[in-house]
Amino acid sequence: MNIDLQAREITPLRHTYAHVAQRIGGDKTATRYQEATLGAQPETNFHYRPTWDPEHALFDRGRTAVQLADWYALRDPRQFYYATWTITRARQQDAMESNVQFVESRGLVGKMSDAVRAKACEVLMPLRHVAWGGNQNNASICAYGWGTAFTAPALFHAMDHLGVAQYLTKLGLALDEPGVLEAGRNDWLNDPRWQVLRRYVEDTLVLKDPFELFVAQNLALDGQLYPLIYGSFVDEHLALQGGTAVAMLTAFMPEWHDESARWIDAVVKVAAAESAENKALIAGWAQTWADRAQAALAPVAEFALGSTGQQALTDARQALDARLAKSGLAG
Amino acid sequence: MSNVFIAFQANEESRPLVEAILADNPNAQAAHSPGLVKIDAPNRLTIRRKTIEELTGKPYDLQQLHINLITLSGHIDEDDDQFSLSWKH
Repeated sequence: MNIDLQAREITPLRHTYAHVAQRIGGDKTATRYQEATLGAQPETNFHYRPTWDPEHALFDRGRTAVQLADWYALRDPRQFYYATWTITRARQQDAMESNVQFVESRGLVGKMSDAVRAKACEVLMPLRHVAWGGNQNNASICAYGWGTAFTAPALFHAMDHLGVAQYLTKLGLALDEPGVLEAGRNDWLNDPRWQVLRRYVEDTLVLKDPFELFVAQNLALDGQLYPLIYGSFVDEHLALQGGTAVAMLTAFMPEWHDESARWIDAVVKVAAAESAENKALIAGWAQTWADRAQAALAPVAEFALGSTGQQALTDARQALDARLAKSGLAG
Repeated sequence: MSNVFIAFQANEESRPLVEAILADNPNAQAAHSPGLVKIDAPNRLTIRRKTIEELTGKPYDLQQLHINLITLSGHIDEDDDQFSLSWKH
Protein backbone atom coordinates (compact mmCIF):
# COMPACT_ATOMS: atom_id res chain seq x y z
CA MET A 1 0.00 0.00 0.00
CA ASN A 2 1.25 3.42 -0.88
CA ILE A 3 0.65 6.45 1.22
CA ASP A 4 1.23 9.69 -0.58
CA LEU A 5 1.86 12.65 1.65
CA GLN A 6 1.30 15.91 -0.06
CA ALA A 7 1.42 19.44 1.20
CA ARG A 8 -1.70 21.20 0.21
CA GLU A 9 -1.91 24.93 0.18
CA ILE A 10 -5.01 26.44 1.65
CA THR A 11 -5.30 30.07 0.70
CA PRO A 12 -7.22 32.13 3.22
CA LEU A 13 -10.50 33.57 1.96
CA ARG A 14 -9.63 36.93 3.46
CA HIS A 15 -6.55 38.30 5.14
CA THR A 16 -7.95 40.23 8.07
CA TYR A 17 -11.19 41.22 9.77
CA ALA A 18 -13.63 43.33 7.81
CA HIS A 19 -13.44 46.24 10.26
CA VAL A 20 -9.63 46.28 10.04
CA ALA A 21 -9.67 45.93 6.24
CA GLN A 22 -11.98 48.92 6.09
CA ARG A 23 -9.42 51.09 7.90
CA ILE A 24 -6.23 49.92 6.20
CA GLY A 25 -7.80 50.12 2.77
CA GLY A 26 -8.58 46.71 1.35
CA ASP A 27 -8.01 43.11 2.29
CA LYS A 28 -4.30 43.26 3.09
CA THR A 29 -2.57 41.20 5.72
CA ALA A 30 -2.75 43.35 8.86
CA THR A 31 -0.16 43.49 11.63
CA ARG A 32 -1.09 42.26 15.08
CA TYR A 33 -0.94 45.87 16.28
CA GLN A 34 -3.52 46.89 13.69
CA GLU A 35 -5.77 43.94 14.50
CA ALA A 36 -5.54 44.58 18.23
CA THR A 37 -6.20 48.30 17.88
CA LEU A 38 -8.34 49.32 14.94
CA GLY A 39 -12.05 49.25 15.56
CA ALA A 40 -11.66 47.85 19.07
CA GLN A 41 -13.40 50.76 20.77
CA PRO A 42 -16.93 49.80 21.94
CA GLU A 43 -19.34 52.14 20.18
CA THR A 44 -22.89 50.85 20.04
CA ASN A 45 -25.54 49.33 22.29
CA PHE A 46 -25.01 51.56 25.29
CA HIS A 47 -28.64 52.28 26.05
CA TYR A 48 -28.22 54.22 29.23
CA ARG A 49 -26.07 57.18 30.05
CA PRO A 50 -23.98 56.82 33.18
CA THR A 51 -25.86 58.15 36.20
CA TRP A 52 -22.72 59.89 37.40
CA ASP A 53 -22.42 61.90 34.20
CA PRO A 54 -25.69 62.07 32.23
CA GLU A 55 -24.23 64.76 29.95
CA HIS A 56 -22.06 62.17 28.22
CA ALA A 57 -22.35 58.65 26.90
CA LEU A 58 -20.20 56.04 28.64
CA PHE A 59 -17.58 56.35 25.87
CA ASP A 60 -17.82 59.83 24.46
CA ARG A 61 -15.67 61.79 22.03
CA GLY A 62 -17.09 64.96 23.58
CA ARG A 63 -15.18 64.66 26.84
CA THR A 64 -12.28 66.47 25.21
CA ALA A 65 -12.31 69.75 23.32
CA VAL A 66 -9.99 68.26 20.68
CA GLN A 67 -12.02 67.16 17.67
CA LEU A 68 -10.81 64.41 15.38
CA ALA A 69 -12.67 62.90 12.47
CA ASP A 70 -11.01 59.57 13.23
CA TRP A 71 -9.50 58.90 16.63
CA TYR A 72 -7.77 55.84 15.22
CA ALA A 73 -5.45 58.23 13.38
CA LEU A 74 -3.45 58.55 16.60
CA ARG A 75 -1.27 55.50 15.97
CA ASP A 76 1.50 54.49 18.32
CA PRO A 77 4.80 54.42 16.40
CA ARG A 78 6.07 51.77 18.84
CA GLN A 79 3.13 49.58 17.76
CA PHE A 80 2.47 48.47 21.30
CA TYR A 81 -0.41 46.15 21.92
CA TYR A 82 -0.52 43.86 24.94
CA ALA A 83 2.02 41.28 23.72
CA THR A 84 4.67 43.64 22.32
CA TRP A 85 4.42 45.89 25.37
CA THR A 86 4.76 43.10 27.92
CA ILE A 87 7.64 41.48 26.01
CA THR A 88 9.52 44.79 25.84
CA ARG A 89 8.99 45.58 29.52
CA ALA A 90 9.88 42.04 30.61
CA ARG A 91 13.21 42.38 28.82
CA GLN A 92 13.86 45.72 30.51
CA GLN A 93 12.87 44.26 33.87
CA ASP A 94 15.48 41.52 33.37
CA ALA A 95 18.10 44.17 32.63
CA MET A 96 17.11 46.08 35.76
CA GLU A 97 17.30 42.91 37.85
CA SER A 98 20.85 42.30 36.71
CA ASN A 99 21.71 45.95 37.44
CA VAL A 100 20.45 45.47 41.00
CA GLN A 101 22.47 42.28 41.33
CA PHE A 102 25.57 44.00 40.01
CA VAL A 103 25.18 46.87 42.47
CA GLU A 104 24.63 44.45 45.35
CA SER A 105 27.36 41.95 44.48
CA ARG A 106 30.00 44.67 44.06
CA GLY A 107 28.85 46.53 47.18
CA LEU A 108 28.53 49.72 45.13
CA VAL A 109 26.15 51.38 47.59
CA GLY A 110 28.74 51.07 50.36
CA LYS A 111 31.28 52.83 48.16
CA MET A 112 29.12 55.96 47.88
CA SER A 113 29.74 58.77 50.33
CA ASP A 114 27.01 59.37 52.91
CA ALA A 115 26.39 62.84 51.52
CA VAL A 116 25.75 61.58 47.97
CA ARG A 117 23.55 58.76 49.26
CA ALA A 118 21.48 61.14 51.37
CA LYS A 119 21.16 63.60 48.49
CA ALA A 120 19.97 60.87 46.12
CA CYS A 121 17.30 59.78 48.61
CA GLU A 122 16.15 63.31 49.40
CA VAL A 123 15.67 64.18 45.74
CA LEU A 124 14.33 60.86 44.44
CA MET A 125 12.03 59.61 47.19
CA PRO A 126 9.35 62.34 46.86
CA LEU A 127 9.29 61.57 43.13
CA ARG A 128 7.53 58.30 43.94
CA HIS A 129 4.46 60.41 44.50
CA VAL A 130 4.91 62.24 41.19
CA ALA A 131 5.12 58.88 39.43
CA TRP A 132 1.97 57.75 41.20
CA GLY A 133 0.23 60.92 39.97
CA GLY A 134 1.36 59.99 36.46
CA ASN A 135 -0.14 56.55 36.96
CA GLN A 136 -3.51 57.99 38.03
CA ASN A 137 -3.55 60.57 35.26
CA ASN A 138 -2.83 58.10 32.50
CA ALA A 139 -5.43 55.71 33.87
CA SER A 140 -7.84 58.63 33.70
CA ILE A 141 -6.84 59.37 30.07
CA CYS A 142 -7.58 55.74 29.30
CA ALA A 143 -10.92 55.81 31.11
CA TYR A 144 -12.28 59.02 29.60
CA GLY A 145 -10.49 59.19 26.26
CA TRP A 146 -11.96 57.74 23.09
CA GLY A 147 -10.50 55.23 20.65
CA THR A 148 -8.28 52.25 21.43
CA ALA A 149 -5.35 53.75 19.49
CA PHE A 150 -5.27 56.56 22.06
CA THR A 151 -6.47 54.86 25.25
CA ALA A 152 -4.63 51.50 25.14
CA PRO A 153 -1.11 53.04 25.10
CA ALA A 154 -2.28 55.44 27.82
CA LEU A 155 -3.00 52.49 30.09
CA PHE A 156 0.39 50.95 29.27
CA HIS A 157 1.86 54.34 30.12
CA ALA A 158 -0.01 54.32 33.45
CA MET A 159 1.50 50.95 34.31
CA ASP A 160 4.94 52.21 33.27
CA HIS A 161 4.57 55.10 35.71
CA LEU A 162 3.73 52.59 38.42
CA GLY A 163 6.88 50.70 37.44
CA VAL A 164 8.91 53.90 37.84
CA ALA A 165 7.45 54.41 41.32
CA GLN A 166 8.37 50.83 42.19
CA TYR A 167 11.94 51.21 40.92
CA LEU A 168 12.26 54.33 43.08
CA THR A 169 10.98 52.40 46.11
CA LYS A 170 13.49 49.64 45.40
CA LEU A 171 16.23 52.25 45.07
CA GLY A 172 15.32 53.78 48.43
CA LEU A 173 15.41 50.37 50.11
CA ALA A 174 18.77 49.59 48.48
CA LEU A 175 20.36 52.87 49.56
CA ASP A 176 18.95 53.21 53.06
CA GLU A 177 16.56 51.92 55.72
CA PRO A 178 12.80 51.69 54.97
CA GLY A 179 12.35 54.93 56.97
CA VAL A 180 13.70 56.79 53.94
CA LEU A 181 10.38 56.22 52.14
CA GLU A 182 8.48 57.79 55.01
CA ALA A 183 10.93 60.72 55.03
CA GLY A 184 10.31 61.23 51.32
CA ARG A 185 6.57 61.28 51.92
CA ASN A 186 7.03 63.84 54.70
CA ASP A 187 9.06 66.08 52.38
CA TRP A 188 6.40 65.69 49.69
CA LEU A 189 3.68 66.78 52.12
CA ASN A 190 5.49 69.42 54.14
CA ASP A 191 8.79 70.60 52.71
CA PRO A 192 8.20 73.98 50.96
CA ARG A 193 10.56 73.00 48.12
CA TRP A 194 8.14 70.31 46.95
CA GLN A 195 4.86 72.13 47.39
CA VAL A 196 4.76 73.85 43.97
CA LEU A 197 5.27 70.51 42.24
CA ARG A 198 2.76 68.83 44.54
CA ARG A 199 0.23 71.50 43.65
CA TYR A 200 0.88 70.83 39.94
CA VAL A 201 0.36 67.09 40.38
CA GLU A 202 -2.81 67.57 42.42
CA ASP A 203 -4.21 70.07 39.94
CA THR A 204 -3.71 67.61 37.08
CA LEU A 205 -5.46 64.88 39.09
CA VAL A 206 -8.74 66.78 38.72
CA LEU A 207 -8.41 67.76 35.05
CA LYS A 208 -11.50 66.61 33.18
CA ASP A 209 -10.39 66.87 29.56
CA PRO A 210 -8.39 63.70 28.76
CA PHE A 211 -6.39 65.35 25.98
CA GLU A 212 -5.48 68.34 28.11
CA LEU A 213 -4.45 65.92 30.84
CA PHE A 214 -2.32 64.07 28.29
CA VAL A 215 -0.52 67.31 27.43
CA ALA A 216 -0.16 68.45 31.04
CA GLN A 217 1.17 65.14 32.37
CA ASN A 218 2.99 63.35 29.58
CA LEU A 219 4.29 66.28 27.60
CA ALA A 220 4.67 69.33 29.86
CA LEU A 221 5.63 67.74 33.17
CA ASP A 222 7.40 64.49 32.23
CA GLY A 223 9.04 66.20 29.25
CA GLN A 224 10.98 68.41 31.69
CA LEU A 225 11.14 66.26 34.83
CA TYR A 226 12.82 63.24 33.25
CA PRO A 227 15.67 65.06 31.47
CA LEU A 228 16.21 67.20 34.57
CA ILE A 229 16.22 64.44 37.17
CA TYR A 230 17.44 61.32 35.37
CA GLY A 231 19.62 63.18 32.86
CA SER A 232 21.19 66.16 34.64
CA PHE A 233 20.89 65.07 38.28
CA VAL A 234 21.43 61.29 38.24
CA ASP A 235 23.49 60.61 35.12
CA GLU A 236 25.67 63.71 35.25
CA HIS A 237 25.70 65.23 38.74
CA LEU A 238 25.52 62.12 40.97
CA ALA A 239 27.60 59.89 38.72
CA LEU A 240 30.48 62.38 38.81
CA GLN A 241 30.44 62.19 42.61
CA GLY A 242 30.61 58.41 42.76
CA GLY A 243 26.86 57.75 42.56
CA THR A 244 26.99 55.43 39.55
CA ALA A 245 24.97 52.90 41.54
CA VAL A 246 22.01 55.32 41.50
CA ALA A 247 22.30 55.66 37.72
CA MET A 248 22.28 51.86 37.39
CA LEU A 249 19.24 51.49 39.62
CA THR A 250 17.31 54.12 37.64
CA ALA A 251 18.52 53.08 34.18
CA PHE A 252 14.96 52.25 33.09
CA MET A 253 13.68 55.80 33.47
CA PRO A 254 15.66 57.76 30.85
CA GLU A 255 15.38 54.83 28.43
CA TRP A 256 11.61 54.67 28.90
CA HIS A 257 11.27 58.44 28.61
CA ASP A 258 13.04 58.50 25.24
CA GLU A 259 10.95 55.60 23.97
CA SER A 260 7.57 56.90 25.12
CA ALA A 261 8.35 60.44 23.91
CA ARG A 262 8.02 59.11 20.37
CA TRP A 263 4.45 58.04 21.08
CA ILE A 264 3.55 61.28 22.86
CA ASP A 265 4.98 63.44 20.06
CA ALA A 266 3.19 61.37 17.42
CA VAL A 267 -0.16 61.81 19.20
CA VAL A 268 0.04 65.60 19.51
CA LYS A 269 1.48 65.96 16.02
CA VAL A 270 -1.34 64.09 14.31
CA ALA A 271 -4.04 65.73 16.43
CA ALA A 272 -2.64 69.24 15.85
CA ALA A 273 -2.24 68.68 12.11
CA GLU A 274 -5.94 67.89 11.67
CA SER A 275 -7.30 71.42 12.14
CA ALA A 276 -6.31 74.95 13.09
CA GLU A 277 -8.65 74.74 16.12
CA ASN A 278 -6.89 71.61 17.40
CA LYS A 279 -3.51 73.19 16.86
CA ALA A 280 -4.42 76.36 18.75
CA LEU A 281 -5.97 74.36 21.57
CA ILE A 282 -3.08 71.92 22.02
CA ALA A 283 -0.38 74.56 21.57
CA GLY A 284 -2.15 76.70 24.19
CA TRP A 285 -2.28 73.83 26.68
CA ALA A 286 1.33 72.91 25.99
CA GLN A 287 2.46 76.49 26.57
CA THR A 288 0.45 77.00 29.78
CA TRP A 289 1.31 73.68 31.37
CA ALA A 290 4.96 73.74 30.32
CA ASP A 291 5.35 77.17 31.99
CA ARG A 292 3.67 75.88 35.14
CA ALA A 293 5.72 72.70 35.18
CA GLN A 294 8.92 74.68 34.74
CA ALA A 295 8.00 76.90 37.68
CA ALA A 296 7.07 73.82 39.75
CA LEU A 297 10.40 72.16 39.00
CA ALA A 298 12.49 75.27 39.73
CA PRO A 299 12.84 74.71 43.52
CA VAL A 300 13.51 71.01 42.91
CA ALA A 301 16.19 71.78 40.33
CA GLU A 302 17.92 74.17 42.71
CA PHE A 303 17.69 71.70 45.59
CA ALA A 304 19.04 68.85 43.47
CA LEU A 305 21.76 70.60 41.52
CA GLY A 306 22.54 73.76 43.47
CA SER A 307 23.77 76.70 41.42
CA THR A 308 23.65 74.76 38.13
CA GLY A 309 20.03 73.74 38.71
CA GLN A 310 18.41 76.62 36.87
CA GLN A 311 20.59 76.09 33.82
CA ALA A 312 19.73 72.38 33.76
CA LEU A 313 16.04 73.22 33.97
CA THR A 314 16.35 75.80 31.17
CA ASP A 315 18.04 73.13 29.04
CA ALA A 316 15.20 70.71 29.77
CA ARG A 317 12.65 73.35 28.78
CA GLN A 318 14.49 74.08 25.55
CA ALA A 319 14.56 70.39 24.71
CA LEU A 320 10.79 70.26 25.31
CA ASP A 321 10.23 73.37 23.16
CA ALA A 322 12.24 71.72 20.39
CA ARG A 323 9.96 68.66 20.61
CA LEU A 324 6.89 70.91 20.45
CA ALA A 325 8.27 72.73 17.41
CA LYS A 326 8.91 69.41 15.70
CA SER A 327 5.32 68.35 16.37
CA GLY A 328 4.09 71.55 14.72
CA LEU A 329 3.07 73.24 17.98
CA ALA A 330 5.54 76.12 18.08
CA GLY A 331 4.31 79.67 18.40
CA MET B 1 20.98 36.50 -15.19
CA SER B 2 20.09 34.13 -12.41
CA ASN B 3 17.97 34.42 -9.34
CA VAL B 4 18.98 34.68 -5.72
CA PHE B 5 16.40 33.71 -3.14
CA ILE B 6 15.71 33.72 0.55
CA ALA B 7 12.96 31.94 2.46
CA PHE B 8 11.50 32.68 5.86
CA GLN B 9 9.01 30.96 8.11
CA ALA B 10 5.62 32.55 7.55
CA ASN B 11 4.94 34.19 10.90
CA GLU B 12 4.44 37.53 12.61
CA GLU B 13 8.18 38.16 12.98
CA SER B 14 8.98 37.59 9.31
CA ARG B 15 6.19 39.75 7.97
CA PRO B 16 7.93 43.12 8.34
CA LEU B 17 11.05 41.51 6.83
CA VAL B 18 9.14 40.35 3.78
CA GLU B 19 7.42 43.71 3.45
CA ALA B 20 10.76 45.51 3.69
CA ILE B 21 12.37 43.28 1.07
CA LEU B 22 9.49 43.77 -1.36
CA ALA B 23 9.62 47.53 -0.80
CA ASP B 24 13.39 47.78 -1.31
CA ASN B 25 13.68 45.34 -4.23
CA PRO B 26 11.15 46.17 -6.93
CA ASN B 27 12.07 43.06 -8.94
CA ALA B 28 11.60 40.64 -6.06
CA GLN B 29 8.75 38.14 -6.17
CA ALA B 30 7.30 36.58 -3.05
CA ALA B 31 5.79 33.11 -3.17
CA HIS B 32 3.67 32.03 -0.21
CA SER B 33 3.68 28.33 0.50
CA PRO B 34 2.30 26.59 3.57
CA GLY B 35 4.46 27.75 6.46
CA LEU B 36 7.04 29.64 4.46
CA VAL B 37 7.56 32.66 2.25
CA LYS B 38 10.17 32.42 -0.50
CA ILE B 39 11.40 35.56 -2.18
CA ASP B 40 13.17 35.36 -5.54
CA ALA B 41 14.98 38.26 -7.13
CA PRO B 42 17.07 38.50 -10.27
CA ASN B 43 20.80 38.90 -9.51
CA ARG B 44 20.58 40.74 -6.25
CA LEU B 45 18.45 41.17 -3.16
CA THR B 46 19.03 43.60 -0.29
CA ILE B 47 17.50 43.69 3.20
CA ARG B 48 17.86 47.08 4.85
CA ARG B 49 17.70 47.54 8.61
CA LYS B 50 16.27 51.04 8.26
CA THR B 51 13.25 49.91 6.24
CA ILE B 52 12.41 47.21 8.78
CA GLU B 53 12.72 49.68 11.64
CA GLU B 54 10.41 52.12 9.89
CA LEU B 55 7.82 49.37 9.45
CA THR B 56 7.92 48.07 13.01
CA GLY B 57 8.74 51.24 14.96
CA LYS B 58 11.38 49.31 16.90
CA PRO B 59 15.16 48.96 16.69
CA TYR B 60 16.12 45.88 14.68
CA ASP B 61 19.34 43.88 14.68
CA LEU B 62 19.78 42.22 11.28
CA GLN B 63 21.09 39.11 13.02
CA GLN B 64 17.52 38.57 14.24
CA LEU B 65 16.48 37.50 10.75
CA HIS B 66 18.41 34.25 11.14
CA ILE B 67 15.88 33.09 13.72
CA ASN B 68 13.19 32.80 11.05
CA LEU B 69 15.44 32.09 8.09
CA ILE B 70 14.85 28.74 6.35
CA THR B 71 17.18 28.83 3.38
CA LEU B 72 18.88 31.14 0.92
CA SER B 73 21.01 31.13 -2.19
CA GLY B 74 23.64 33.61 -3.33
CA HIS B 75 26.78 35.11 -1.85
CA ILE B 76 26.13 36.97 1.36
CA ASP B 77 27.39 40.44 2.06
CA GLU B 78 26.25 41.73 5.44
CA ASP B 79 27.01 44.53 7.85
CA ASP B 80 25.04 46.30 10.56
CA ASP B 81 22.82 48.18 8.12
CA GLN B 82 22.15 45.76 5.29
CA PHE B 83 22.15 42.13 4.26
CA SER B 84 22.54 41.40 0.55
CA LEU B 85 22.53 38.34 -1.63
CA SER B 86 24.10 38.44 -5.08
CA TRP B 87 26.16 36.33 -7.46
CA LYS B 88 29.02 38.81 -7.43
CA HIS B 89 32.22 37.83 -5.65
